[in-house]
Amino acid sequence: MTHTAIAEQHATPTWEGITTLKFAWWLFLASEVMFFAGLIAAYIVLRAGSPTWPIVQEELSVGLVAVNTFILIVSSVTMVQAYAGIETGDQAKLRNMLLATAGLGAVFLGIQAFEWSELLREGTTAQDSLFGATFYTLTGFHGLHVSGGVVGLIFVSLKALRGGYTQAAHDGVELMGLYWHFVDVVWIILFTIIYLI
Amino acid sequence: MSTHSTQAQRPYMRVFAFLVLLTVVEVAVAFVLTASAAKVPLLIALAIAKAALVAMYYMHLRFEGRVLRAIAVFPFILSILVALPPAFDVLARR
Repeated sequence: MTHTAIAEQHATPTWEGITTLKFAWWLFLASEVMFFAGLIAAYIVLRAGSPTWPIVQEELSVGLVAVNTFILIVSSVTMVQAYAGIETGDQAKLRNMLLATAGLGAVFLGIQAFEWSELLREGTTAQDSLFGATFYTLTGFHGLHVSGGVVGLIFVSLKALRGGYTQAAHDGVELMGLYWHFVDVVWIILFTIIYLI
Repeated sequence: MSTHSTQAQRPYMRVFAFLVLLTVVEVAVAFVLTASAAKVPLLIALAIAKAALVAMYYMHLRFEGRVLRAIAVFPFILSILVALPPAFDVLARR
């Protein structure tokens, strides 16, 4: 059954084959992209305009955070598998993959918190350098978005455990997935421009 | 039923393999090409490739209509436009 047919069956408002909900969700994600775009553009301009900048590979734990990047990518895989699960009516797969995604998200946050604590211990603060200010702002806002995502995943997981999603109706899982992948995409960009360049 | 779900999984796991590979290449480039002028454009290209893979396959954009794709792409174009004036400013001050 096509998505349009399912939507019509449930009398959900649609436009151009998309439900209003999904359309609005994408607009929300687009606004979030603009939010990060502003921060990233500021970082690029500040860094390019600075006469000196610390050697990133010496200041930050690139190896550890590379592993963390891998963890977030795996969490995107588990999220998409959760969605694939409910698309075929596999409740167990939906449940397990949602919980796995939430767990991996929490691990990501834990490692980020560890990275922050190490940097603070070494004396890198947001107040005393542009490097610190941009680093903590960018990773901090991303971390907040991941935290929000983990909270969302807990809600979606609880609903899944109650049997709240079916093969015919699982919009919430799709939207949760879209948000989670967005958070992953932002990190892919941030990891590259902060840790590698 | 199981064949259907395995078939539905294939692009996801292949995309995952590419994402891991691209990440490994990125980290390698960062540590190996430290003095090279090609480093920054190459890393940006790799990051964009990874982001595009997640957007196209995990966020399903490859199979969605023009409207959603336009909504998804537009902020990136807008971001570049927004970042250009300060970029020119930085270049002019050098």
